Parts: sequence; structure tokens; C-alpha cells
Amino acid sequence: MAIKVLSPGLATTVQDHGRFGYYDVGIPPGGSLDQYSAELANALVGNTRADALFECTYMGPTLVTDAATDVAVAGSVQVKINGETQPTWTRLSLRPGDELGFGLITGGARFYIAFAGGIDVPLVLGSRSTYPLGVIGGFQGRKLEAGDTVPVGVPSGAMPPGAVIADRFRPAFDRQQEVRIMLGLYDHRLSDTGLANLTTAEWKLTPVADRAGLRYAGPGVEWRERAQPFGAGSDPSNIVDAGYAVGSIQIPGGTQPIVLHRDAVSGGGYAMVATVISADMDLVARAAPGTVTRFIPVDMETALTVRRERAAVLSEAIASLGG
Amino acid sequence: MSTPPAAAGLPPTARYTWGGDEFLFVEIDEAMSLAANLRAMSIARGLAAQKIDGIVDICPANSSLLIHFDSDILPPVALESTVRELETAARDTPGTVLATRIIEVPVWYDDPYTREVAARFREGYHQDPSGTDLDFAARVNGLSSAAEFIRRHHGRPWIVSMVGFVAGLPFLFQLAEQDQQMEVPKYLSPRTDTPKLTVGHGGCFGCIYSVRGAGGYQMFGIAAAPIFDPSQSLPDFATSMVFFRPGDIVTFKPVTEQEYRAIQTQVDAGTYRYRIAPVEFDADRALADPLGYNQTLLGALDGH
Repeated sequence: MAIKVLSPGLATTVQDHGRFGYYDVGIPPGGSLDQYSAELANALVGNTRADALFECTYMGPTLVTDAATDVAVAGSVQVKINGETQPTWTRLSLRPGDELGFGLITGGARFYIAFAGGIDVPLVLGSRSTYPLGVIGGFQGRKLEAGDTVPVGVPSGAMPPGAVIADRFRPAFDRQQEVRIMLGLYDHRLSDTGLANLTTAEWKLTPVADRAGLRYAGPGVEWRERAQPFGAGSDPSNIVDAGYAVGSIQIPGGTQPIVLHRDAVSGGGYAMVATVISADMDLVARAAPGTVTRFIPVDMETALTVRRERAAVLSEAIASLGG
Repeated sequence: MSTPPAAAGLPPTARYTWGGDEFLFVEIDEAMSLAANLRAMSIARGLAAQKIDGIVDICPANSSLLIHFDSDILPPVALESTVRELETAARDTPGTVLATRIIEVPVWYDDPYTREVAARFREGYHQDPSGTDLDFAARVNGLSSAAEFIRRHHGRPWIVSMVGFVAGLPFLFQLAEQDQQMEVPKYLSPRTDTPKLTVGHGGCFGCIYSVRGAGGYQMFGIAAAPIFDPSQSLPDFATSMVFFRPGDIVTFKPVTEQEYRAIQTQVDAGTYRYRIAPVEFDADRALADPLGYNQTLLGALDGH
């Protein structure tokens, strides 16, 4: 079966769990930015996290199916089938010719549409995720356009007994966020004031936020003075070009912190001063412009504990569907 | 025991720091040097050879190393102690020899494609809005002309010190004494466009842009053949869509427009092949006698 794209939305791409093992040649992990929501959308229609789905940003697409199928939408958005409002976080049935559309997003920045069987584009380097810069993966290496016909795979098993994700497992889409970070990498390059600004000030997400990175406005930071090492470049925020950790925070020129996300460049010459812990990368993905953010430093032990807790909640949410 | 020449000038130990709960960052040195780069590469290769469960990506960079790991499988402390052991072994091993290859990369210097894009990004972008990138690069390096800069650019080979930024983009470090290396500031503000295969330079690094897009390096020419080929239609891409690997030795060969067009024809026909030869890169010899050793490396391309 296939999905016909009547209108593509603002930036709708095919994503999955991610593409791993190619970061050393500059190909980023990609994959759904909010992995938690994406996995629940997949689980509702009997898919695994390896299955591909659509990630939509702000404005959703209008889609028509050519065969009966099951679909689920994870996120905070008005869902419509043939113009009638339908619930999110719920498995919905589509008949051939049904039109799936969306109203405005009501919280967060992105939402996920999973079809039973998963989006069946070819695997490229082990993943179906779209890498637009390299024009690989996803649907022809790009975001969807009107007129595209996207193939859907054959469901591998039965649907789970449950068809709804309970409220307690649905993420919040708040306009205030506390994002936990681990200081490190080049944090020693910040002055005491710079470090205090990063970890205590309120930072507001700017509209310059996409799958590659999210830029925050706030008081800025200060760097320690030094004679720049050979090859590092003249600005105090410069380092000899190095690999960038996914989730790391860089502050070019010392003004606006940028959190690198899953489509970021794999390296460059700006000092990273902290990294968002893995468990909070979903949270960052849910930030809409204007979201007031505090970066809360935690240690490795805490990061690992929170990582396990997130995995446990996700497992519990999937298990709650039975099957 | 005496310090091997390849390690001269490096800090006694690397700096270990965490990029959250999924990345270990190992800084060999704050400054760029061939010695730091080779140390990073040596640790990366050693780690890859161990095939440890839970290691996702091993990314050697210019003077550092980034390791992506799955902390559900591999505890951070275990990873750090393994890498520290490899670092110690690399430090105590004299005579680093890197099994690699030398590649001739044809470049059309001062080409119309990069000239056209450069002309669109002058005021507010470039240090010298009324001039060209090549003239600017020559001037800041105290050279007499753009032609002299171009001669120096292809006069000595380079090592791929890192692959990244975007898919398949090589960072290149010229095999020369530090006072012979050319340094050029990046654009004041990054361009939103750079032609695919632009040969660029920023700080002490050269690069070849693998894809079209944003960029801040000064632009000097255009490479004639692909370096990133997702369709894998050319023979040099049979095993990977990315051509360059860290540690590759690159020598630029200036080509005329006519030669450039001839290569385009071969690329379109799917028959183009780079000139490549295997080499054992001996860091101590390279550091002790850069000029003489460069001739040895280049000789490999001619079958010597």
C-alpha cells in the first residue's frame, strides 16, 4: 500500500531509530528527534522502534491512503480524518481513500504519524532516516512534497490489544523546561560568570531551531582569556576543529547557546561546554520557540539513573498496550 | 626511554572528558600538530581493533578523539580505562607507521564556480570585500601573488586529519613545518552557499566540501571528481559512498579547464578513477625531513 501526499506540511520527513556507525565520516545519527513519542506512535500500530514513520514540524501534511490501514499520531495536534476530529495517542483505522489531515499544533514543535507496517523506503546505511544534507535516506533524501507517493510496508504481526496510550505516559509540552546537562568538554574555557550564566539564567528558545540544532537567547557567556592554540582560530569560542557530541552545547562568539540535535554537523571549531543528557534529548525536541529553558547540571551517575528511568517508563508504556 | 620524535611537544597525557552519558572526548592536545593527529588516529585504530560491545562510533579528529558509546552496554569507567591503556601503549611505542594510501586529487584552481559564489558573499562576509579569496590568502601569508599561493597549496601533500562536519568532508593538514603552513582566517560570517567540491581553507586546515551548502572557509578552486557518491556508481566508491578516510595522504594536482572537462566526461561515463597508491606513512621520517619524505610519498604514485 502507499500514502499519497496532498500537501506536505512544513517539514515532514521519514525517520526511524537512527543511523549509527557512520559518524566518523560525518553522517549524523538522524532519526526521530523525540524518540519517546515516536516509539509510542509505532507501538500503537504494532510496529517496533526500528520501523520508519513521519516526523512533522509545526504544520502537518494532508495524506490519503490507497488501502485500509491503522495509523496513530503522537504529539499535541488536532487530528482529522475526512475533516472529523480524532484523538491523538490512539490507534485509528483508515479506509481506502480516507484523508488524514491536521489542524494547528497545540503544544511542542513536532509530532509523529506511524502507519502499521512502517514507511517502506529503502534502508540506506542501515536506516530509513532522512539525511537532507547528504540527500540520502528517507523519501529520496528530502522532506515530503505534494504529489509524493510513499510506500508502506506489510504489518509483521497483530495489533496490540490496547489502542490508547494512557494520559500518564503522554509527555507534557510545557513552555517552561528544565533540561539536564553534564558540564564538560571545553567548560574550562568559560569564566566563572560565563558558567554561572549558562547554568542559572533563563534561556529562551529562538525560532532558529531545527533538527540540526536549537539556538537559545539569553544573557550570553564570557570566556577565560588565553593565547589561542595553533590551529584553533582567533575567537575565544574557537577550538581546533573536533568531533561534536550529539546534544552538546556550543556558544559561538559567546552569545547564544546552540544545542546540537540528531541532524547536526559531526564536528567543527566551536567549543562545546556541556551536553544534554541522553534522557532529556526528547524534551529538547519538544521545545517550541519562546520556551523558557534552564540548563541544570547533573553528574554522570544521575545521567545514567535518569537514562534507566526513561527506558523503564517507555517499556512500561509499551507494555500497557498488552500483546 | 627517549621520547619518540613523533610525540615531541605533546602534553604528557591526554585530557579525558564526557560529552554527556553517550560520548567520551579525548583531547590529545589543545593545539594542532601532526603528532597529535597521529596519536588520535592510533588510539582510534587500536580501539576499533578490539571490537568492544557498546561502542557505536569512533571518530578520530584533528587533535582529539570522540567516542560514541551505549552506556547501557558499556559502562563509562570501563571505556575510559580501555582508552587510557591504548593511549599509554601509543605513547610508549616509538616509530608510528600508518598503513594508508596516497591519492592524487585534480583541482581546477581559480575556477569560475567558486569565483561566482565568492562574488555574491563579499560585503559583511569577507575581510576584503573588494578582492578575491585567493589574493587575500596570498597577502595574509606574505606571498607575492595568488599564483604563488596556489603553487604552495599543491607543492606539498596533505594528510586527511579528520573526516566530518558533513558527510565525507575531509579536513586536510599540510605536511610541512609549522612555520611553512598557510593560515587563513575563515569568512567573517559563514556563506549560505558553497559549490560542491570547493577546495577551501580555514585556519590551518584545508578541506574539500563534499556537498553544496553553508561554509566559512576561503575558496580557492574546485576538485574535478566526486568525493561523496551516494549512488556508488564510480569504481572508487564500490565499498563506500564516502571516499576519504582519516590518515589518507592527498596531493593536489592543478588541472586546466580542458582537463577538468575531460574528467567530468569520465565521471559521467562512470569510468573515472583516482590515482591511488598504498603507502606506509612513517611519522618520524615525515617530521624529521618533511621535504625529503614528501618526495618519497609522491614517488609511490609513480610506482617507486
